[in-house]
Amino acid sequence: MNETILKVESLSRFFRVGGFRSRGQLHAIDEVSFEVASGEIVALVGESGSGKSTIARVLAGLYPPSSGSIFFEGRLVGRRSSRAVRGHMPMVFQDPFGSINPVLHVGHSLLRSLKLHRPDIDKSKRFDEAVALVEKVGLTPGADVLGRYPHELSGGQRQRLGFAQALSSRPSLILADEPVSMLDVSIRIGLLNVMKGLRDDEGVSLLYITHDLASARYVADRMIVLYAGRIVEEGSTEEVIGSPQHPYTRLLMSTAPDPRLPLADYEGSEDLGEPPKVIDPGPGCRFAPRCPLAMEQCRLNTPAMVELSPTNRAACFAVKR
Amino acid sequence: MSRPILQIRDLRVEYATSSGAARAVDGVTLDLAQGEFLAIVGESGCGKTTLLFAVAQLLTYPASTVGGSVLFDGVDLTALSPEELRVRRWRDISVVMQSAMNALNPTLTIGAQLADACRAHTEWDDKRIHERSVEVLSMVSIDAVHLKSFPFQLSGGMRQRAMIAMALLLEPKLVIMDEPTSALDVVAQRSLMRQVESLRRQLGFSVLFVTHDMSVVSHFSDRLAVMYAGQVVELGRTREVFDRPEHPYSKGLMEAFPSLLGAPRRLTGIAGTPPSLVNPPPGCLFAPRCAHATDECRSVLPELITNEERAVRCHLVNPVVRS
Repeated sequence: MNETILKVESLSRFFRVGGFRSRGQLHAIDEVSFEVASGEIVALVGESGSGKSTIARVLAGLYPPSSGSIFFEGRLVGRRSSRAVRGHMPMVFQDPFGSINPVLHVGHSLLRSLKLHRPDIDKSKRFDEAVALVEKVGLTPGADVLGRYPHELSGGQRQRLGFAQALSSRPSLILADEPVSMLDVSIRIGLLNVMKGLRDDEGVSLLYITHDLASARYVADRMIVLYAGRIVEEGSTEEVIGSPQHPYTRLLMSTAPDPRLPLADYEGSEDLGEPPKVIDPGPGCRFAPRCPLAMEQCRLNTPAMVELSPTNRAACFAVKR
Repeated sequence: MSRPILQIRDLRVEYATSSGAARAVDGVTLDLAQGEFLAIVGESGCGKTTLLFAVAQLLTYPASTVGGSVLFDGVDLTALSPEELRVRRWRDISVVMQSAMNALNPTLTIGAQLADACRAHTEWDDKRIHERSVEVLSMVSIDAVHLKSFPFQLSGGMRQRAMIAMALLLEPKLVIMDEPTSALDVVAQRSLMRQVESLRRQLGFSVLFVTHDMSVVSHFSDRLAVMYAGQVVELGRTREVFDRPEHPYSKGLMEAFPSLLGAPRRLTGIAGTPPSLVNPPPGCLFAPRCAHATDECRSVLPELITNEERAVRCHLVNPVVRS
């Protein structure tokens, strides 16, 4: 087992919702704990509203946590952590069209990032380093790409640039928030390969946030399934995909569109449910209202994570130990 | 299969750009039978949405239809006046747009928007409008209380279903759908597709469905048309195209998405980017990205050749038929 670089302990983030006098609290993430080891890709999987983006944003320091702690490379990440910590945990955003300054050429932001985060590189070497970075993510010829403006790049190229920018501070972990969901299916795979390449060649860990189970399986070593702000299942990718234990993971598996599956597999139950907005929740499993296996105790008590194998855990009363 | 409700013949659409005319739809010919579900897939920029807009005659400047015809029930839509089109829209042809959030009016309730469409196209009284509104909402599993809801009070999946309810209001013969599922989560996506499918069986309308994610339609459409750079490159029964794609581009698309089944393996996708539509390359438009391209592919544009149930535009697939 590689050393742990990110450790999240019972992290919660609540948002006040409703009107001026409202005291309602939306529990976007609730007591979430997980770890990321160096050189691994961990997929955070869930539907919209499951809290997966909130986790990334809390980790990136965009929101302070409501409670819980984050340890990055053994050090507690505080409210006012330095540029050094942020630089080691950069984020790649979902929207490649909104996350790059359209009036500056591509090289500008990369060179600036190198200037801020890599004081070890001499000014005269910065351009060469930037060229090396964009070539690492498959944008060639690098020098030519750096001189272009964002509008001259396609969505897939922009998203590659997002990864180059994240790489510029020599990070140990990249937070990738749905980096491929706005791209065409035919381009996604190239970017997923870039992510694998970063892990294999650069030894970078990635937290890959997605709602697409199949792509998570393609790139990730481990998988964490979220539902309504809580982790419901966690384990090695092949274990979770091969034998999903939590009923929610099974629901996700059965709805993932896959033309290779025969049609018969689609004649399942009609589930029109959607994840609840968790405002001032009581105890009980949050999936219980949609769960085919729900029992009395699911509505009364919150299930704890149960160890199913050395690498697989699920939070469900109904799973076999 | 009964006679085609929609016949698209050699349709050409161009966008006026500063560097010349970009041909977004380049000689597309398709038939859609009554009650049939035809899916059109392709990358962004392949002209699939432009094609839908041309069929619905919704193109606005800089896009314009420069050739071909769209016969709906025997009437050429391209030759109709705006008023004649207005009468047919919603009643005969309805469109479900990609983003329900932008297509619904945020300041009006769902009920008011349904009533609006009824008043514009029918002489129904308020009671009849209400009854029909409740009826279409129940078809898409939305409770009648939501007639009084505003769009922001509904979830993404419900908004998209409300859009479909609106499209079905006047029992059109053809429903055109432009990526209605792309803003939805997988679970909502699947249930929406199932609902479209069962409504189609029940009501018998035809569906023309555009998506870039062919796995969405894999189990629902009767036929599948693969578009590349404004042209149809492959057309056939959905299952057969998935199981045995023949055009190199379709093959590449099938190889482009990871699966939950089978042993993990490395995928490559399709290298390169689609060609310029202003100055298209000579020959096959896919040749610059095609691993099997020959000199002939680079110089002669292949025809779309129909060979038993399947139509493919490729020199490598059709050498015998062509000679």
